[in-house]
Amino acid sequence: MKQQKIWFVVPYALWIVLFVVAPLVLILYQSFFNINGQFTFGNYQSYLTSNVYLRMTFNSVWYAFLITLITLLISYPAAYVINRLPNRQFWLLLVILPTWINLLLKTYAFIGLFSQNGSINQFLRFVGLGSHQILFTDASFIFVAAYIEIPFMILPIFNSLAEIDSSLINASRDLGANSWQTFMHVELPLTMPGVKAGVQAVFIPSLSLFMITRLIGGNRVITLGTAIEEHFLTTQNWGMGSTIGVVLIIAMFIVMFATGDRQKKKGGRAK
Amino acid sequence: MKKLLSFAIGILLLCGALFGCNKLLNQKANDGGNKTLTIYNWGDYIDPQLITKFEHETGYHVDYETFDSNEAMLTKIRQGGTHYDIAVPSEYTIQRMKKEHLLEPIDHRKLPNLKYIDPQFLNLSFDRHNRYSIPYFWGTLGIVYNDQKVSRKDVSHWRQLWSPKLKNNIMMIDSARDAMAVALITQHHSVNTTNAKELREAADKLDQLTPNIKAVIADEMKMYMEQNEAAVGITYSGEASEMISVNSHLHYLVPSEGSNIWFDNMVIPKTAKNKKAAYAFLNFMLDPKNAAQNAEYIGYATPNKAAKKYLPKSVTSNQAFYPPKQTMKHLQVYHDLPLKDIGTYNDLFLEFKMFKK
Repeated sequence: MKQQKIWFVVPYALWIVLFVVAPLVLILYQSFFNINGQFTFGNYQSYLTSNVYLRMTFNSVWYAFLITLITLLISYPAAYVINRLPNRQFWLLLVILPTWINLLLKTYAFIGLFSQNGSINQFLRFVGLGSHQILFTDASFIFVAAYIEIPFMILPIFNSLAEIDSSLINASRDLGANSWQTFMHVELPLTMPGVKAGVQAVFIPSLSLFMITRLIGGNRVITLGTAIEEHFLTTQNWGMGSTIGVVLIIAMFIVMFATGDRQKKKGGRAK
Repeated sequence: MKKLLSFAIGILLLCGALFGCNKLLNQKANDGGNKTLTIYNWGDYIDPQLITKFEHETGYHVDYETFDSNEAMLTKIRQGGTHYDIAVPSEYTIQRMKKEHLLEPIDHRKLPNLKYIDPQFLNLSFDRHNRYSIPYFWGTLGIVYNDQKVSRKDVSHWRQLWSPKLKNNIMMIDSARDAMAVALITQHHSVNTTNAKELREAADKLDQLTPNIKAVIADEMKMYMEQNEAAVGITYSGEASEMISVNSHLHYLVPSEGSNIWFDNMVIPKTAKNKKAAYAFLNFMLDPKNAAQNAEYIGYATPNKAAKKYLPKSVTSNQAFYPPKQTMKHLQVYHDLPLKDIGTYNDLFLEFKMFKK
């Protein structure tokens, strides 16, 4: 019996080894070689001493932070309201619906909205405000990125809100807390796991966004993803590309650690 | 131990299955080898009717596969396992493929139609005596402008692009070599320089262009220029001809002080399976009538002198796409630089992209 059970693990183990562990190890391995295939720490050295790369890293983190912050500010109230609506499953479906459409198509739709002769500029001219440069600006890049990430933030927050036992809220009100106090001391702490999951789901992909940086940002917004693409496709300097990849992976681990669930004990007691 | 064993067996089985599939696929390809011609070309880079015509005339079956960048093509051919009989790389890639011994020498005695090619496109620096490659199309890097937003005299030279009049109105092609070439030519340096000081100066010059740069993009530029999003675009002649066919306010020009000239040539990779068919195809494409038909369909400039007879006068007399001799003299070809220098070009280009207005 026990023998047979082991066989069920094989496909999963293979999957993880071939598609998760092996690529990570390969990236790490590649990052120690220069263009001529010699072993070196030079890639890391040039990364850490290069003004361009360090600024690019800072940019990536900063933009990812802004995108996450804006997404969170929009998503939390939205999830809160949806949770209280009568047919909340329907509203939730409306939130999820855009994720069924291909990312590229959505981005191209924004080009149609934002361009010089796009709907928004046509409206602005109609109202008499004249046309403005919307495409290729930081603002438009963050707007589109936030738009695309919002469903991934709303869902985990919504789920954690829906899981709250309503008797807890009733008890808080019974004991004399007003709705603001109830929210701050009962609802917010109980939805923190959802918020953390949402931040992870948004911040990590935002770090390496690169298609939107080109289409909407016109390559005027540069993140590490742009540099990786260039190193693998144009310069064929796989070592340097992998080094930047390793930096991104480390950044992701830091985010996972910072937002990880380290309060398991507390959670247990609350129940 | 048992876990380890099951891992090992699983991986072995997987490898075995993949190997079997590979064998099977290769066998199939071999069987059809004598009657099939496999062409590896850029997407939408031949008139499909010509392929049908070729199949009719010669009885070969054509397998047409496409790539979207020289690097992607090079990687695929280098790794082997492919059996392309014809490929169409650009000049600097031909140089590299030559160095890596990936190309089959071409026997000119088997190509009677080679005589139709304009001698100025033969025996060029990237492939002396055309030992390995036969011209297919050529083109230039130049300036597309919108006559509603800017007049021709304000954008006929590279140095004019730095004018404050063009603030936030230029779209730059997303390519390190091309962007650097613009700055290098403006400063009268070679587009193939590896001199650190010249490159540094060019990068500084390019950084100063950032206030005028609206976006650094590739294929999307076509769409934006057609929609009047910017006054000026820096791009290739072929791209430009497509834009112009959609928006008649757009015009293309090659600055007389010089620019880049590029060539896409046909080659026979070492891995070719059907060389006889490859020669038949080369001859077929060199035939002036076929070359003209192809040029009219694609819109790029043909190196086939005899083919120009069959093209409309409005095309062959268009100085934007067939520049005058005086300009032709100043056009420079990209050489295949060592990887280290390509890295330098790209780092400087990245720095330009990062440069804040």
